[in-house]
Amino acid sequence: MSSSASHPALRHYFDDLQQQHESATMGMWAFLAQEIMFFGGLFAGYTVYRFKYFNAFVTGSNLLPLEWGGLNTVILIASSFTVAMAVRCAQQGQHKSIFNWFIATMVLGIAFLGVKSIEYSHKYHDHLIPGLNFTWDGPMAGPMKIFFSFYFVMTGMHALHMVIGVGLMIWLMPKIRAGKFGPEYYSPIENFGLYWHFVDIVWIFLFPLLYLIGRHIQ
Amino acid sequence: MTTTVTPESPAAADHGAENYLNHEYGIKSWLLTVDHKRIGLLYLITTTMFFALGGVFAGLIRLELMTPQGDMFQADTYNKLFTMHGVAMIFFFLIPSVPAVLGNFVLPLMIGAKDVAFPRLNLLSWYCYITGGSLATFAIVAGGVDTGWTFYTPYSSTYSDGFVALALTGVFINGFSSILTGVNFLTTIHKMRAPGMTWFRLPLFIWAHYATSLMMILGTPVVAITLLLVALENLLGIGIFNPDLGGDPILMQHLFWFYSHPAVYIMIVPGFGVISEVIACFSRKAIFGYSFVAFSSLAIALLGFLVWGHHMFTTGQSVYASMVFSFITFFIAVPTAVKIFNWTATMYRGSIDLKTPMLYAIGFMGLFLIGGLTGTFLSTLAMDVHLHDTYFVVSHFHYVMVGGMVMAYLSGLHFWWPKMTGRLYDELMAKTGAVLIFLGFNLTFFPQFVLGYLGMPRRYHVYPEEFQILHVASTGGATVLGLGYIIMFGCLIYSLFRGAKAGPNPWTAKGLEWEIESPPIAHNFHETPIVTSEPYAYEEEDVLLADKASH
Repeated sequence: MSSSASHPALRHYFDDLQQQHESATMGMWAFLAQEIMFFGGLFAGYTVYRFKYFNAFVTGSNLLPLEWGGLNTVILIASSFTVAMAVRCAQQGQHKSIFNWFIATMVLGIAFLGVKSIEYSHKYHDHLIPGLNFTWDGPMAGPMKIFFSFYFVMTGMHALHMVIGVGLMIWLMPKIRAGKFGPEYYSPIENFGLYWHFVDIVWIFLFPLLYLIGRHIQ
Repeated sequence: MTTTVTPESPAAADHGAENYLNHEYGIKSWLLTVDHKRIGLLYLITTTMFFALGGVFAGLIRLELMTPQGDMFQADTYNKLFTMHGVAMIFFFLIPSVPAVLGNFVLPLMIGAKDVAFPRLNLLSWYCYITGGSLATFAIVAGGVDTGWTFYTPYSSTYSDGFVALALTGVFINGFSSILTGVNFLTTIHKMRAPGMTWFRLPLFIWAHYATSLMMILGTPVVAITLLLVALENLLGIGIFNPDLGGDPILMQHLFWFYSHPAVYIMIVPGFGVISEVIACFSRKAIFGYSFVAFSSLAIALLGFLVWGHHMFTTGQSVYASMVFSFITFFIAVPTAVKIFNWTATMYRGSIDLKTPMLYAIGFMGLFLIGGLTGTFLSTLAMDVHLHDTYFVVSHFHYVMVGGMVMAYLSGLHFWWPKMTGRLYDELMAKTGAVLIFLGFNLTFFPQFVLGYLGMPRRYHVYPEEFQILHVASTGGATVLGLGYIIMFGCLIYSLFRGAKAGPNPWTAKGLEWEIESPPIAHNFHETPIVTSEPYAYEEEDVLLADKASH
């Protein structure tokens, strides 16, 4: 208690580091509940149209490159591992290792975004971006556009969360370097880990919903 | 509630008259403050500005409706007026009013905390509010929005004119202010309570804010993504809500009301919390059925998420879905009635003191009762088909939101004003304002029930001549109402300069916030209080006073 009550990271409105840590964790989970509802609205809309325009969604799904989506899934799962290692190292006070695992996570995150932008540019060449250059000569032009609108809004929102995640890592890294985190105080690292895992889990739902439905049909 | 904190502790003597208002000066100390009390005041000033803006729009609407002909504004202008009235009042006044102003100020005080759990997020929430509010205001100044506050497609997409996307962005950003406040309050209530402040010793204001925080966290993101999709539809034509492409405008309504029905509870439930505090204090009695009142807030939060379809009885929703929604909507009347009955039972045989906050609270109970009961008319399927989109709905909504929520907000504002400012206002002047607001409100909105029943649809600026007498009465009432607000406002402002010093506890109220100085010091408490007794221990007052005297 006495050592934790004078820790430099302890904010004045908390009694001790444990209360501060519990508050940070709880706040993060509440924030993630909010995130689930945010994506939940999109998933609800997706579900409605997935039932209404099943054939268009199957056709659209088959136009998405399975290899790029699969690669990104592997990248994100790997990044979940590296960020979990960063949290573990923070808890054990290995400052240098936290930094290195953060570098690894960041590289994987940027690799994901790179793959995503390759996919987006292919869509641009194929004239499949609603609001920019969408043209579809075949049947079901309207529902096809709706599928790709969902594709871009959902993966776009997800990618935005990835960008914010990379930004958070850049913000945390000097603090890691300065040795601010250790067994007594690691909430920011742990909460970043929660955020990153959440963004990964969203992708775990997006990947089958967008890339995998109807692969067996065509 | 007794604590170990003693007013004559050495820390108090050292600080003298220093408090949260005068311990630092300058515009920077306000704009970068992380003190929950100062952020509450920032919200107070800015929400009041939006209230005034929305009030001006309301006044212009009532002026136009004096005569059956559309002689003051064109139809387009009228559409913009009622849209901007709704947007300003709902998103930028009613939703933040009690939680962000009163909640920010007294919630940490009530639970014995030095601040909320995330003070910097708290400041960020105010900046989200200001940014969203500025964008919406800019959209209003630049040319207006005419979709109705609900932003229904296709008004907001295919047929939109004006600055719909800009206003949507403003409301979207403002949503983060709600979410951050919700996350902050939820965590604060869970983790920052003083020793001895158990869940069932929490003031009911805190329970109400707990329920509100849940709704803010779970509801706001859904409307955020919905409005984002509408904005994309408006800017890029992505087709999700466009029937030409197979999109479904009804889906937009479902998603919108999934938040916006809980949103009316986000607006009213914190008001319930205020009323519980005020009724107990000015009846000098413990609240009747504490746990029923506490859990009814949570019940409303839960049921509130299951009734959104009652906004869509006539818009093409399946009739079976409508029946279920209608049924659940009736259920909401149960926890709401529990509150009204328990407040009434609290007043029964109490020593009622008709101070200004109590006048507002009693006004609230009457007006909210009318608003709530007409709500059950509207949740009846057959009735609703007749009354949908008429002035009956307009009147019902205003009875709940203005007669209910604004009265509760003003009750709380007058109740905690001495705590916030350290000054007492003039009782007679404040009571005059309260009575005028009550009378003016009824004169404005009661005729609208009749108008709606007779078939006057909402959102028209031209109407048949036989409705004129009721519209003129309504406009006359609005004038009285406006006068009441001006007197109330003037009275509070005057008290800042000429008001008597309030002292720590002018109402001899119970609760931790009344055991510290008015205005409080920057860190609220000299020592962390330790709570040893139940809330609302008004009946034990004599015993306690005797106890204090013996020290």
